[in-house]
Amino acid sequence: MTSPNRPRSFQEIILRLQSYWAAQGCAILQPYDMEVGAGTFHPATTLRSLGGRAWAAAYVQPSRRPTDGRYGENPNRLQHYYQYQVIIKPSPPDLQELYLGSLRAIGLDPMIHDVRFVEDDWESPTLGAWGLGWEVWCDGMEVSQFTYFQQVGGHDCRPVSGELTYGLERLAMYVLGVEHVMDMPFNDPEAPIALTYGDIFRQTEQEYSRWNFDQADTEMLLQHFKDAEAECARILEAAPEDSAGRRIPMAHPAYDQAIKASHLFNLLDARGVISVTERQAYIGRVRALAKGCADLFLTTDAAGAGSDQAA
Amino acid sequence: MPDLLIELFSEEIPARMQPRAREDLKRLITDGLVEAGLTYASAGAFSTPRRLALTVEGLTAHSPTTREERKGPRLDAPEAALEGFLRSTGLTREQLQARDDKKGQVWFAVIEKPGRPAAAIVAEVLEAAIRTFPWPKSMRWGAGPLRWVRPLHGVLCILTDEAGAEIVPLTVEGITAGNQTRGHRFMAPDAFTVTSFEDYAAKLRRAKVMLDATERADEIRSQAENLAFARGWNIVSDEALLAEVAGLVEWPVPLMGVIEDRFLTLPPEVLQTSMKEHQKFFSALNPATGRIEGFVTVANIETPDDGATILAGNQRVLAARLSDAAFFWQNDLREAKSGMTAWAEGLKSVTFQSKLGSQADRIARIAALAREIAPLVGADPDQAERAARLAKLDLRSAMVGEFPELQGTMGRYYALEAGEPAAVAEAARDHYKPLGPSDEVPTAPVSVAVALADKLDTLTGFWAIDEKPTGSKDPFALRRAALGVIRLIQQSRSQVALAALLSHHYHKMLSIWKEQGRLVEAPDDYADAQLDKPLAVKEAELKGHLLKKSLVAETVEKGAAAVTSLERPFANLWSVSLLKGEVLVRDLLSFLHDRLKVHLREQGIRHDIIDAVLAQEGSDDLVQVVARATALNDMLKTEDGKNLTQGLKRAGNILAQAEEKDGVEYSFGADPKFAETEEERALFAALDAADPAIRRAMEAQDYPAAMSAIAALRAPIDAFFEAVQVNSDNQIIRRNRLNLLSRIREAGRQIADFTKIEG
Repeated sequence: MTSPNRPRSFQEIILRLQSYWAAQGCAILQPYDMEVGAGTFHPATTLRSLGGRAWAAAYVQPSRRPTDGRYGENPNRLQHYYQYQVIIKPSPPDLQELYLGSLRAIGLDPMIHDVRFVEDDWESPTLGAWGLGWEVWCDGMEVSQFTYFQQVGGHDCRPVSGELTYGLERLAMYVLGVEHVMDMPFNDPEAPIALTYGDIFRQTEQEYSRWNFDQADTEMLLQHFKDAEAECARILEAAPEDSAGRRIPMAHPAYDQAIKASHLFNLLDARGVISVTERQAYIGRVRALAKGCADLFLTTDAAGAGSDQAA
Repeated sequence: MPDLLIELFSEEIPARMQPRAREDLKRLITDGLVEAGLTYASAGAFSTPRRLALTVEGLTAHSPTTREERKGPRLDAPEAALEGFLRSTGLTREQLQARDDKKGQVWFAVIEKPGRPAAAIVAEVLEAAIRTFPWPKSMRWGAGPLRWVRPLHGVLCILTDEAGAEIVPLTVEGITAGNQTRGHRFMAPDAFTVTSFEDYAAKLRRAKVMLDATERADEIRSQAENLAFARGWNIVSDEALLAEVAGLVEWPVPLMGVIEDRFLTLPPEVLQTSMKEHQKFFSALNPATGRIEGFVTVANIETPDDGATILAGNQRVLAARLSDAAFFWQNDLREAKSGMTAWAEGLKSVTFQSKLGSQADRIARIAALAREIAPLVGADPDQAERAARLAKLDLRSAMVGEFPELQGTMGRYYALEAGEPAAVAEAARDHYKPLGPSDEVPTAPVSVAVALADKLDTLTGFWAIDEKPTGSKDPFALRRAALGVIRLIQQSRSQVALAALLSHHYHKMLSIWKEQGRLVEAPDDYADAQLDKPLAVKEAELKGHLLKKSLVAETVEKGAAAVTSLERPFANLWSVSLLKGEVLVRDLLSFLHDRLKVHLREQGIRHDIIDAVLAQEGSDDLVQVVARATALNDMLKTEDGKNLTQGLKRAGNILAQAEEKDGVEYSFGADPKFAETEEERALFAALDAADPAIRRAMEAQDYPAAMSAIAALRAPIDAFFEAVQVNSDNQIIRRNRLNLLSRIREAGRQIADFTKIEG
């Protein structure tokens, strides 16, 4: 961590990742404008990993895990945090080298550190998705998840997408040598108005922890879950042609509802109103929605349907 | 005689899969080569995280030419027959030979298959191996169809002889075999050419790759021990971890760190487990303090700062992990001190098995059973019951939630913190044992009582709900539980009459379930004849039966509208009382006996000897069974024993024939006054002496003495059969001799059923 190349703030690490992956030819997307549990839920990953069309994107995704809220007190745990996500289809043969290049870009020189690829298979029961890969260790700490998608929404991925997910706070804390996430410089510590992560998020962590655990109206959440589920099903069942006879299947609007249902489930879970046996049933309901969206997406242009690239 | 070298270069192969992958590669390739007609002198397989390699030495350069003769149709056979023969042999008519045969002239085909060069065979065999490799989990990548454990990047495949190295021509889905590989990912990433296995291994070493996992493991072990030695510490040996870590590095660089003082109050098991599970660190023990005070992490790289940055990073991660552990530990200790009531309460809502109820239900049953068993194993009943009530409470602790493998270990700490006596605390730790055939068996009486109660409750419960192991399926590890019961009883020499104990426990279970309203009794009018049906069938039938009965009653009372509403109450009922206690106990004992046979076979006692002993009364006392089987086994190894068995069997056979022929049983009344020969009289005398001696010895459970007593009959029995014809014409004498034989049979039966002994 004595490299002169060392970034000075959380945002500098994000900016360097953005520049690096832009230079590798990825489309730099913006976060998806909905509440999600992880960067994988962004349609740029979930839906775009389906079908035969080539794809390369990178983006920051704010992610919410209500059960991980600790009122801003835990040095590592947050109910709202950032993931950096890279998705490239087909996975290029030098993806590991590209990834290592991104570590160099943020000041982690693999000649000084101990970077290792340790077996870790990835599975998302709510998305009906799984892949094989590793968690990447740097000096014994997990800094990224590296996955070759094999199935999404119950469909085989052909070609296979390579997915990289960086847990930004943890990675940045390591690079910057910070012990508590709230102490981490968000912008340059020498800036006229220097802001720490805590200046920006301590209060929100407290507020959301309280709301997630104690206040969220479970009756309303349950109703929202049912509404999202029903709307998703309705969109999926709608005729692919509109009133003017144009073929416009609505895979993305349907998927938005699936994302909503998934997040509502997470909120209900944090409120402790879902029993162990019900849990599986809820996960199954969300998976059924995600699967329906995947099925529909595969019939669209973005999935390469009808083109030569179709799998 | 060329040598073959293969390397399959890929992205990181999971450590746990490498040992089998080495074996599979060796097997697939060498089997394929041999099948194609090649031979070889030796083969060796190697793995690192990024490569699987195989060397095959002394390979034949060609497969041999083979010559096959096939007889075809006669010369005057129809044209179609000849054409078919030509097609099947791949020859032309000119290449056939006409030969004389019994029935005239016949076409013969002589097919010569020339040998093939090794390279062609290797290419085929390797391609097939790559395409069909049995990875436990494999994947696709990019746009290709190939599957491998992780993306496959390169194939090195060369044959080397005196003339030099030759690349085996081979291309699999765009990957062309060559003679190049790469070194360490960071320290020597450039490609280089190799000419032989020796060259390969040597150049890899220069390129910071140690090819042999065993060498890497040895290197880690010795370096770690040296690092520890410098501080006067010892490395806690962990072979599984060592093998895993050796599969995670190509160039092991062990680094030693010190655990911060603030974490040294954590139990050593917690430190060790946390460091191993999360970080794959080895633990270093300070013998002066008896505490784990350091760790060794194994890096995969030599750095300019001698690993200082790496060690600092690892130390940081460890501190975060141990802070979590310390937080759990403090919270758990507080709960333990206040009596663990919250944990006991919490276990009420943790399901053990849907029919068998919650963990709290289970604990109550085990506690009652432990109390029963206590006097039989020399434990204090109050302590045994108390220990059983506490033993599983740690399942609700935060620490066990984080590290399930610490169950029991933490239980002991928490029981001590709660002020329980050491015997109770130790039972919490040891009652899960023995976990396998080689795991140690607890010896402290309270631990033995709880361990036995735990396993017997599990067995009885799963037998009651008809979830027995079948074939290779044993999801609840009931075979392991049964072996645990056997080893606990054997080691503690506890004479437990299992039949009565199990029956009592089973009925207690039933009465609890009845109280809970989860059980219906089989009504009297549900015939006993149904007992042999599978439990699920009986359950369904009984529900139907009850429904019908209630329907009749209800319909009479309320009319037909009641019909549908009656389905529900029975849907949640289930019935175990359909399984009669004695049926369950018999079946469960026979399961235990089967496990006992397997267990004793490993100790060199044949299954027929155990069968001979099990046929006797008291076979539910496993201590007795083992003692009898051991004594019988020892006797049967002696010359007297072998001959005695023959004599007993001969007596038994003659008797059986005579009894069948005469339609009577010869069982008593042998009288020495009808004895005609010395040998007969001698046998009478010997039996008179042996009978009480055997009986006394058996009563005293002195089985070796019983065996000597019966072995003393060998000479008189042999002499008797030598000199005496049993089937005398004189019916009185014949009957007397048969009755004498029955005394021999009875003498044997006191000890074992000798008819079951083979040979």
